[in-house]
Amino acid sequence: MVPLSWYVLLSAALFTIGVVGVLSRRNVFIILMSIELMLNAANINMIAFSHYLQNLTGQLFVIFVITVAAAEAAVALALIILLARNRGTVYVDEFNLLKG
Amino acid sequence: MINQLIFLYFAAVIIASAVLTITRRNPVHSVLFMLLLFFHIAGVFVLLNAEFLAAVQLIVYAGAILILYLFVVMLLSVDRESSAARANRFWPWLIGFGLVIAGEIALLVLRGSFPADRGQAVKQAGAGVKELGIELYTNYLVPFEIASVILLVGLVGAVMLAKRSSE
Repeated sequence: MVPLSWYVLLSAALFTIGVVGVLSRRNVFIILMSIELMLNAANINMIAFSHYLQNLTGQLFVIFVITVAAAEAAVALALIILLARNRGTVYVDEFNLLKG
Repeated sequence: MINQLIFLYFAAVIIASAVLTITRRNPVHSVLFMLLLFFHIAGVFVLLNAEFLAAVQLIVYAGAILILYLFVVMLLSVDRESSAARANRFWPWLIGFGLVIAGEIALLVLRGSFPADRGQAVKQAGAGVKELGIELYTNYLVPFEIASVILLVGLVGAVMLAKRSSE
């Protein structure tokens, strides 16, 4: 059997890759995809604990996380379309309207 | 033993495709590596006896969200992507920062104690979906309704933001 700690380690590695992607990339699409990576890391964790503790609550929360991720992706991509239309770029370090 | 080998395969592909996702220059390639990642995460869910969520992962994440990403990436095709810098100037520091975080979590996990696997023996095949539905529509009815309101807000918000103002 696979030990529970392996799943937790996998999810930790995936979450860390997501954090590094959010903080280091310039393209706003890659930043959003890194956020999805972090959500998936949390999902793996919740399903692993749900299985090992024989409790369905973790799986239910994964359903809600996927719902929120779908709504987030729709609104965020609409915002990106708006930004790209108004500023002509998708690189986050060129959105410096407030800098003066 | 065979489960461990399958898990190691899934974990290796997940980590590799996640790293490729955040390092590719072309966002379309990133989306395709993300697709590979979602398929293998669904495999991990099957390994954990969550067959329904594996199907939801494939249908909602790979089928809907990722296609939306791909659509918008191709809609806003960025032609100077080949010459521009991929990362901001702090990226070597951030990789070190990520390694420190991962090391700390790994240290905590390896020093902690976890419950043993009680799942495989108790649960018979195909019993998950019914229990999940009963739980969702009785004890979690209010969060379920709130999730539907969130989806409605997402729908209206996306339409309102992306529509061209008619003036």
